[in-house]
Amino acid sequence: MSSDVKFTDFKSDKQPTWCPGCGDFGTMNGMMKALANTGNDPDNTFVVAGIGCSGKIGTYMHSYALHGVHGRALPVGTGVKFANPDLEVMVAGGDGDGYSIGAGHFVHAVRRNPDITYVVMDNRIYGLTKGQASPTSRQDFETSTTPEGPKQPPVNPLALALASGATFIAQSFSSDALRHAEIIEQAIEHDGFGFVNVFSPCVTFNDVDTYDYFRDSLVDLQEEDHDPTDYQSAKEKILEGDKEYMGVIWQDEESVPYHETHGVTENMADIPDGAADGTMDLVREFY
Amino acid sequence: MAEDLNWAIGGEAGDGIDSTGKIFAQALSRAGRHVFTSKDFASRIRGGYTAYKIRTSTEQVQSVVDRLDILVALTQRTIDENLDELHDQSAVIYDGERSWEAEYPEYITGVDVPLKSLAEEAGGAIMRNIVALGAACEITNFAIKNLDEALEKRFGSKGEKIVENNKKAARLGQEYVAENYDLDVDYDLDETDNDYVLLNGDEAIGMGAIAAGCRFYAGYPITPATDVMEYLTGRIDEFGGHVVQAEDELSAINMALGAARAGARSMTATSGPGIDLMTETFGLVATSETPLVIVDVMRSGPSTGMPTKQEQGDLNMTLYGGHGEIPRFVVAPTSIDECFWKTVEAFNYAEKYQTPVYLVADLALAVTEQTFPPEAFDMDEVEVDRGKVVDDDTVGEWLDDEGRFRAHANTDDGVSPRAFPGTIDGAHMSTGLEHDELGRRTEDTNVRIEQVDKRNRKVDTAREQEDWDYREFGDPDADSLVISWGSNEGAMREALGYLDERGIDVRFLSVPYIFPRPDLSEEIAAAETTIVVECNATGQFANLIEHDVLERVERINKYNGVRFKADELADDIEEKLATEAKAQ
Ligand SMILES: Cc1ncc(C[n+]2csc(CCOP(=O)(O)OP(=O)(O)O)c2C)c(N)n1
Ligand code: SF4
Repeated sequence: MSSDVKFTDFKSDKQPTWCPGCGDFGTMNGMMKALANTGNDPDNTFVVAGIGCSGKIGTYMHSYALHGVHGRALPVGTGVKFANPDLEVMVAGGDGDGYSIGAGHFVHAVRRNPDITYVVMDNRIYGLTKGQASPTSRQDFETSTTPEGPKQPPVNPLALALASGATFIAQSFSSDALRHAEIIEQAIEHDGFGFVNVFSPCVTFNDVDTYDYFRDSLVDLQEEDHDPTDYQSAKEKILEGDKEYMGVIWQDEESVPYHETHGVTENMADIPDGAADGTMDLVREFY
Repeated sequence: MAEDLNWAIGGEAGDGIDSTGKIFAQALSRAGRHVFTSKDFASRIRGGYTAYKIRTSTEQVQSVVDRLDILVALTQRTIDENLDELHDQSAVIYDGERSWEAEYPEYITGVDVPLKSLAEEAGGAIMRNIVALGAACEITNFAIKNLDEALEKRFGSKGEKIVENNKKAARLGQEYVAENYDLDVDYDLDETDNDYVLLNGDEAIGMGAIAAGCRFYAGYPITPATDVMEYLTGRIDEFGGHVVQAEDELSAINMALGAARAGARSMTATSGPGIDLMTETFGLVATSETPLVIVDVMRSGPSTGMPTKQEQGDLNMTLYGGHGEIPRFVVAPTSIDECFWKTVEAFNYAEKYQTPVYLVADLALAVTEQTFPPEAFDMDEVEVDRGKVVDDDTVGEWLDDEGRFRAHANTDDGVSPRAFPGTIDGAHMSTGLEHDELGRRTEDTNVRIEQVDKRNRKVDTAREQEDWDYREFGDPDADSLVISWGSNEGAMREALGYLDERGIDVRFLSVPYIFPRPDLSEEIAAAETTIVVECNATGQFANLIEHDVLERVERINKYNGVRFKADELADDIEEKLATEAKAQ
């Protein structure tokens, strides 16, 4: 890892096709800054992206990357990290990708606690398919598929993470560049699954959860003197649900990442050019 | 008669049928005898009929036949289920003290052994099956020391006392029969000096994977593929690998994909329903040109079908499954030792051609144990070919003018360079979207054609470079040709012997490669009649062959959930050839 890596080294020369003003620009910039600030470079970084406007992020960044199928980015990132624990692995996707089609994987990625960073670009809408309700859409949010609103409460991703045994839970806002990069940095540095739900407004299809809305309603936990290692306080903040928070809400300082608990330490790419020594013992076992 | 013995133990699921059968199979294998086992089990853990059958001989055995010589019956149903296989030299061991009165036809010899009481005398009722094994040793004149060794292997970790008790239980069974019966049925299980190993197809696949350098496995339990995961668990770790039980098959294949992109030889295994779930990602694996081995251990479908029964019904699925057009290899081992070698090959194809490889086995291969000399799995023969991997020094050849790695470079052979993450300057994007040489999304019509052609070209290259041959048996000059794939090889090879006795010459080709596959047009043209044998209703492989050679072939299909038996298959072939002859 070279120390002179700039965040622009993580930028590809492909121009984003996001709508002007889309929150995803800010989300991505913060991710690139955080990667550079934590001493990573594109050759040791692996970015896995989901499907959605958010999922295009892998194309606009420069690193080893995989743009997968809808909802399955977390298992891919988990597999990458297991096979080579030396890589910095970041997984990104939308709220539909992560909490709807991929919700099952979210729960299990959280409880496995791999040392990866998961960034959800939460715009509370399906952007790429042009404006249907997402699992985080408000109960009365009218969309093309829910003309009277979904009429069911939104998923609380932070609570879902907490209930699944998360070791790091944070929330961020894509347009607060400084804080956003800081929060992602903390997630990267966390030993385990660093989960960050990022409010990343969709300026085209969501006229409720807008920049103005978040600017007015977000409470920065840093200003509240919140102690992220205080589980009780984190739990109350996550479950009370009447305020939207920004910052690291919960961090388990004792967190041990999956590869350490399971003794997965080797780069699995390194194998001999024939059967490994000792494989004949595998045959003898069947005597 | 005495040489080739068919033995079975049957009872209710939960009666320890499987482990008892396995102990006896191991004892026979220790004695240098060939063993071929088959299992009849229902999809439930307790209750329901279940049986473990062993065929053993000093000659190689590789199939089941319709004959049962010694039956340990723990329930009346065990006798009823096997009535048509029992004959006048059959002995049925049962426990007359139990609540049921064994009913069996007069021509069968009943051997009433107080299994439970003798087991209690040895230290616990739980050992009643072992008492029965001792009784079986006496009836078959099989040296009980072999059983002792199998008991040591099985119970050694539980302590000396348990081993001794089990040995005593076996002796009590043996002595009881010796003292109380003077039997007319008489078998002689000879021993040989040969050393054999005894394993099933799933275990052979797992062992092949480790030998080939597979270090990452993610899977979700499903019959009959679970044994692959259970085998790898604990063993792959010793070689620096890891097994993950994923939350579902979608996750399993995606984790395996991630690991493969990180440079690991990576695998997942499942059965039909799991393949369905994996199919979307399968397309991504192929489009992103990721080397991955996906094992499908087929069972009876569709839907949940008959989960514990044999079928070869997924061939179309593995060949054509997935939206769009996707190059892939489909390799189908035809015997248990081939499960090992084809797994090794599958990894080499996957990495040399950067494609997913379906390794297609079936339930009959997966759950059957068979003896082999250990040299059948000679690890020195294993070759690992990782294909076109570039490193820090060679990556430069593949950078474009702006220093970007051409991960999907449009090469003559269709195979692009591969850079494992960590390689300096190798950073690149991979995606399921159509992409250019750099891996970037495109809808450019020319690039689309270029990349589709490039991916398909790998298949042409592989067709030229590899040997996609069949295995041949029987009389090479015979007018009658039989072709099969998968586990049918064993039964068919033995059927050749029966047919020979009846004066019927047959040439038999067993085909382990489904795609690419050997061109059989000459062989079929040279034959008067061609019959394709497979365990499915519609003749999926027969259809393929007809399509290849533009000629009709005859079919023998079995889809009742039970594998082919050698004697039955010989009858079917004889009959088919007779009707063909009449028609001509
Ligand atoms: C299996 C499958 N189903 C549906 C789709 C279509 N699809 C693409 S993106 C998307 C929703 C994306 O929403 P979200 O994850 O919130 O991302 P956003 O576009 O809002 O960033 C859907 C349903 C798909 N690609 N694959
Ligand atoms: S549709 Fe919404 S989420 Fe998608 S690019 Fe436009 S603003 Fe962003």
